[in-house]
Amino acid sequence: MAKNVSAIEMLGLNRFQRFGYNFLNFFRLLPGRIANLFVKIGLFFKNLGIKTGEYFRNLVVGFKEGTWQTRLTYLVMGFSNFTHKQIARGILFAGFEVAFIIYMILVGGKNLSMLGSLGVVARQIDDFGVVTYVDNSFRILLYGVLTLFFIAALVYTWSLSVKQAITNQKLDEENKKIKTDKDDLHALVDRDFYKTLLALPAIGILVFTVIPIVFMILVSFTNFDKDHNPPINLFSWVGGSNYGELFNFTAGGASFSATFGEILLWTLIWAFFATFSNYFLGMLVALLINKKGIKLKKVWRTILVLTVTIPQFISLLYVSKMFGENGIVNQTLIDWGWITINNKIYFWKDPNLAKVTVILINIWIGVPYLMLMVTGILMNIPADLYESAKIDGASPVQQYFKITLPYMLFVTGPYLLTSFTGNINNFNVIYLLSGGGPSDINLFKAAGKTNLLITWLYTTTVSDNNYALAAVIGVMVFIVVALISLIVYNLLPSNRNEEDLA
Amino acid sequence: MADNNTNRKPTPMEALEAENQKNGMGLKARRRIGNAVSYVVLILISIVWLAPFVFLIFQSFEVSSTGWSSRVWPKQWGFDNYVYLFSANANFNRWYFNTFIIALFCCIGQTLMQIAMAYVLSRFRFKMRKPLMNFMLILGMFPGFLTMIILYTVLKDLGMTGANAVPGLILVSIASSGMGYYVIKGFFDTVSKSLDEAAMIDGATRAQVFIKVILPLTKPIIIYAILTSFMAPWGDFIFASYIAFGNPNGYNVAVGLYEWLGTEQISYHYTHFCAGGVVVSIPVIVLFLMLQRYYVEGVTGGAVKG
Repeated sequence: MAKNVSAIEMLGLNRFQRFGYNFLNFFRLLPGRIANLFVKIGLFFKNLGIKTGEYFRNLVVGFKEGTWQTRLTYLVMGFSNFTHKQIARGILFAGFEVAFIIYMILVGGKNLSMLGSLGVVARQIDDFGVVTYVDNSFRILLYGVLTLFFIAALVYTWSLSVKQAITNQKLDEENKKIKTDKDDLHALVDRDFYKTLLALPAIGILVFTVIPIVFMILVSFTNFDKDHNPPINLFSWVGGSNYGELFNFTAGGASFSATFGEILLWTLIWAFFATFSNYFLGMLVALLINKKGIKLKKVWRTILVLTVTIPQFISLLYVSKMFGENGIVNQTLIDWGWITINNKIYFWKDPNLAKVTVILINIWIGVPYLMLMVTGILMNIPADLYESAKIDGASPVQQYFKITLPYMLFVTGPYLLTSFTGNINNFNVIYLLSGGGPSDINLFKAAGKTNLLITWLYTTTVSDNNYALAAVIGVMVFIVVALISLIVYNLLPSNRNEEDLA
Repeated sequence: MADNNTNRKPTPMEALEAENQKNGMGLKARRRIGNAVSYVVLILISIVWLAPFVFLIFQSFEVSSTGWSSRVWPKQWGFDNYVYLFSANANFNRWYFNTFIIALFCCIGQTLMQIAMAYVLSRFRFKMRKPLMNFMLILGMFPGFLTMIILYTVLKDLGMTGANAVPGLILVSIASSGMGYYVIKGFFDTVSKSLDEAAMIDGATRAQVFIKVILPLTKPIIIYAILTSFMAPWGDFIFASYIAFGNPNGYNVAVGLYEWLGTEQISYHYTHFCAGGVVVSIPVIVLFLMLQRYYVEGVTGGAVKG
């Protein structure tokens, strides 16, 4: 099957053969692609090297041929801007340099120098028993990372400032007009309006997402846990030993690696069932409501959608208690005489029953949302497709499998992917329903049987305070999600060009 | 002429014709039966989907027990649970107010961030555009809780934890919200670029195009963004509980009500939780029903274009 098939032959295959072909082809081409990737990375760095070399050579040349204003700009950022009446730019450049120097003297230098050791002495106790905290590994790592980002930003702005000085000098020599503050301001609402709009969101993402993620990736290479918890104790670099523990397959039993394998497997099973049960049942309900001759369509729709509106923590927590040991379900069944008081159904204590229950309750939560989405798409299917199918004598079932389903799969392919990865990280449903339980002493730190990786990460952080292992789990979640996205994205028929949409 | 070989299977075409004839004979009757079955299924579905909420409402009026109740139909009806919610003993007022403030700021801040991001990525073509989009896509693959402890420490340094958790929560949820631009960008992409060009030929700056042309045309999706970002904080639970760190003054409703169902408090607070759930749901449901049209449009658009 996995051979090169021409476009004509491809048309002759049915949908499943085509999928199979794409699937096998992906893995057949994978080694080549990976090799290609490395070649590309190599080329990228080679180009980067050449370009940076050139860039700095230009800066050196600029210095040699520069006037005194240009040369001084190499030291005092924005000086050339001041002498060319670009006061706003000058203030920004010089201000950033001053801020950088102050930051380095007060915080940066000290933390950066200790980044290698993450601190030497955690606390000192003097003769009177008074404790003073000295080094805090957490802060050292945090401000160390921050300082690295700051230095990168400084290098960038410095080269920008020098480049502007060189440009200004050139424009002077050619007697051309230099941009004034007024021009700059006008550009910011017109040609460069995107810079204005991006400034705040970009800074927000950098400070509250990028830097924290870099920090946590670094934490996964330390021994930051409750025995090494600043400010009482220091933590230090341990290299890749956390990851070594994760891939230590011989450990077995209640080891970290065996538990990780089991939880990963359940996470994938859960994501599969959660995604597709909602998808197909949601589609079914949508078709039912939109069927010809069904009245009060809006009422049915609104009834279902109510479940989406009510905050999940209320609906899920309430349902979780409903199915509890002494909850409404058990009590009602006892009242009806179906079970006895000694014979209750333990929805959350039996691991397998708990797994089935969370998947079923997830249908209750997810189907209305899918129903809404599908309804919108159903209305977009060209009606003449159905008409011609009817004329050709296709039954409703045939129409569904030949028109509705292919169209839906094509349009919602990307949605299915995001929904699958979203379910891998579906914290709310699991945590609010079962809390990850029932816990199993045969797992690492008695982890719960219905834990997803994400809820396991949460309990590892909050209950065990094992931040390093939590960071390892987080990085692994990223790798799993990225791998699945990469594979599925290559298989999707609807990889459309975004420019086509407009 | 007659087919004397009875073992021969009918060809697909023949089978189809036979099926059509069958349909033709009892078409009306069949449709009526089909509809009846559909109605029965729809009614069953509605019962299953609504039952927990009806139970929740019933139990919120239970006053005979002091807390836990495992019966749907209250033994004795009354408003005691609601009275308790708004009494001085419970912190519920405070939690409700906190959540409202968070929701208000979030729906303004997040919407602005997302609109800005979406507009830039939809309308401008600059060198860093593709790398930026890919970068945000990759960032989105990291689980959000990964960064919880570091954000907590930073907020603690800023004095925004414990009783002051509300500004901290607002800050964190607005700061990175630019990454959720997908749905809005998808909608912006469908607005023809010739409109922008026409306005610019008439001498409008990019900023004017944005405010005077694009925003009015994309009102539905902006209402969708406001609606979803207003509704989200009512259910925000994990990060809120981590930041409030056991200080009831900094809770939002989700954290507070979750605590009421903890093993120590559930026997006293269960019916209060039910009443609280009803009180929290009402404004969200009313808002939703008012703006349902926009929500549906956003959900559908997001799936197709996102």
